[in-house]
Amino acid sequence: MQFHKYDVVIVGAGGAGMRAAIESGSRARTAVLTKLYPTRSHTGAAQGGMCAALANVEEDNWEWHTFDTIKGGDYLVDQDAAEIMAKEAIDAVLDLEKMGLPFNRTPEGRIDQRRFGGHTRNHGEAAVRRACYAADRTGHMILQTLYQNCVKQGIEFFNEFYVLDICMTETDNGPVCTGAVAYELATGEIHVFQAKAVVFATGGFGKVFKTTSNAHTLTGDGMGIVFRKGLPLEDMEFYQFHPTGLAGLGILLTEGARGEGAILRNASGERFMERYAPTIKDLAPRDIVARSMALEVLEGRGAGPNKDYVLLDCTHLGAEVLETKLPDITEFARTYLAVDPVTEPVPVYPTAHYAMGGIPTNVHGEALRDNDNVVPGLYAAGECACVSVHGANRLGTNSLLDINVFGRRAGIAAAEYAQGREHVELPENPTKVVNDQLELLLSEHGKERVADIRTELQATMDANASVYRTEETLKQALHDVQALKDRYAHIQVQDKGKRFNTDLLEAVELGFLLELAEVLVVGAIERKESRGGHAREDYPNRDDTNYMRHSMFYKQGDELKGEIRLDYKPVTFTRYKPMERKY
Amino acid sequence: MTATVSEKAGSRGDLPPVPDGAVTVALKVLRFNPEVDSEPRWETFNVPALPTDRVLNLLHYVKWYIDGTLTFRRSCAHGICGSDAMQVNGVNRLACKVLVKDLMAKGDKPTSITIAPIKGLPVNKDLLVDMEPFMEAFKAVKPFLITYGNEPTRERVQSAADRERFDDTTKCILCACCTTSCPVFWNEGSYFGPAAIVNAHRFIFDSRDEGAEERLDILNDAEGVWRCRTTFNCTDACPRGIQVTKAIQEVKRALLFRR
Repeated sequence: MQFHKYDVVIVGAGGAGMRAAIESGSRARTAVLTKLYPTRSHTGAAQGGMCAALANVEEDNWEWHTFDTIKGGDYLVDQDAAEIMAKEAIDAVLDLEKMGLPFNRTPEGRIDQRRFGGHTRNHGEAAVRRACYAADRTGHMILQTLYQNCVKQGIEFFNEFYVLDICMTETDNGPVCTGAVAYELATGEIHVFQAKAVVFATGGFGKVFKTTSNAHTLTGDGMGIVFRKGLPLEDMEFYQFHPTGLAGLGILLTEGARGEGAILRNASGERFMERYAPTIKDLAPRDIVARSMALEVLEGRGAGPNKDYVLLDCTHLGAEVLETKLPDITEFARTYLAVDPVTEPVPVYPTAHYAMGGIPTNVHGEALRDNDNVVPGLYAAGECACVSVHGANRLGTNSLLDINVFGRRAGIAAAEYAQGREHVELPENPTKVVNDQLELLLSEHGKERVADIRTELQATMDANASVYRTEETLKQALHDVQALKDRYAHIQVQDKGKRFNTDLLEAVELGFLLELAEVLVVGAIERKESRGGHAREDYPNRDDTNYMRHSMFYKQGDELKGEIRLDYKPVTFTRYKPMERKY
Repeated sequence: MTATVSEKAGSRGDLPPVPDGAVTVALKVLRFNPEVDSEPRWETFNVPALPTDRVLNLLHYVKWYIDGTLTFRRSCAHGICGSDAMQVNGVNRLACKVLVKDLMAKGDKPTSITIAPIKGLPVNKDLLVDMEPFMEAFKAVKPFLITYGNEPTRERVQSAADRERFDDTTKCILCACCTTSCPVFWNEGSYFGPAAIVNAHRFIFDSRDEGAEERLDILNDAEGVWRCRTTFNCTDACPRGIQVTKAIQEVKRALLFRR
């Protein structure tokens, strides 16, 4: 076991983690622990843009952006947080530009902006050009720019250090976070990082689904760790399905394509979004477009030999626009489906994309212990957190915005908290949980294959907890996930070595996936309404009387199969009353 | 060097059903685990593959169903994160961007695919190499925007043409395909290598940047751009289609014509 002592430890080196590190690193002694080399993080896969009401190309203001975010989130958004995000978006974009991000430019040399789903002028009148972008690799440029600035600042990274637990110390004022325990992939050694503040920025858990835009490594580790400590997760039933994944593969094709004018068509060539969202059509928010696509297929209007997808038509955009503004997705379609978007429409279908829920935080990134109290020393930002600025459905581009605004806030808050404070003593035997877990996984205690359990998990989640859900499908999913948890108790890790044991890593990750899949399904069963990304066929309407509230999930006990306790948290309103959501 | 055909198939229980249209591919992998091997060895796995499968799928098949000790990096699986650079049939590729159909043997001949780690970096285990020397070279060229004086309140103005000037080199994902395809880098590990120069280029030709002189001084060094012999391996290897050799030539020209 090796021991380290820092003021601030940041877990995860995607956009949120590195944005936090840039703030924290200049104020306090900071270490970043990351499962992946920083530039491998999935922020780099984001494509279309980052919204901010710069008004560089047409009239816009942050109040409209706030409203769109709240309406897009089907009124489950905490309105104070959305207002902060929309307001600070402008500086967040300008900060990135000053750090060197090569945004596309207007003819006047300003940051160019494009249209995006659900972002509108004057409370829904028409689509507005609000998304700042760098071709269709905006996330890549954000990730690179943040990493470049971390290099510039000399931020200390521990690459391929997999955090498996946090240290919680009981004090007179309740539990305090005092550090993190990490597994060094290169050596198999356990490291304890004592810290005054720990910031989680570990991303999402899309790998509970089969068809997903998410990386193999997005297994919800941070959320899982926090949940196992008995701390709450919020709004986990709300999972976003991005409308335009490459059919059958799930690889993301940016909404920016539709922002540039691409059109969704069914088998007969009809522009079907005109029926579902007459005003902004193909640029309706993702939940609405994904449901519309699923309905077209369910009702027999899907394209292809099995009528199981729809078509994204970019052919009228011309080769020039595709090659200059959408080059990556053009290449994805060519490489993976052998379809050339310049001349043929691209087969697409919704793909599991983004967790609206996560570790509940306040607007300073402080993690909550319950509805009213924070966990001193514990912070979260980005997809693993739930502020909640996305409510029941996140608008496109607001994730890149979230990581920058709340990554920055969490970094500042963590460093300021650490300044002038002493380290709190670590709990006794801080490595016990991790040692026991790894010892068990490496011991011979069964023959179950990780891949089999994961494949079956993903199959049941795709079939039963996807775009449309019913009580019946969700109960099937719950039954399946619980049975898989039983089998997980007998998994076999073949690699017993110390060195780069990725076999062991996958086994640990699967444990987190099972944990989070169950939380998602339990939340979806209990929410007997349809709101944003959660669409219940058996409860097709939004029910503000009974469900205008956040879900809060608590794990009971230490066992993988421990009960989940469900509680509720009120939504914060400022100036926007819930209305019917029409586009 | 020894070579074996794996008899491990089925040792992890029943294999998953073979999909319709699959062919059997002999996947020949260069293995090396310093914990147990004294030297690298070839091991061949017979893997069912669809023509549309990525090579990464084949590696996953081996790891998940035949031999869990097979070790490689991967994350996004669609050519954006840069984790899975390796030699596929002797050339540097991202395993997630090569499809089996493009490697199929002609006619009825059986298909065989060889996989080896990228060259010139120490092998840690199987296909996983030590990326630190590569990242150090990247950091050495000051790969960040350098400016002096006061910052503007709004964004810096940059014309679309000035932005276009360095567009190509902003695509780099630091996968190391270029650097580890370079014969100069294989022989002289002290050479910065193409990827570092690409990232220097990205800033040298950015109209907002004021650090070009510092970077050019670094690249004028004995380990710098003059080592490049213009073999174009790097350009062929880049999975992002960056004109790497051209970028290096532009840096050389900037050095020749400065002041």
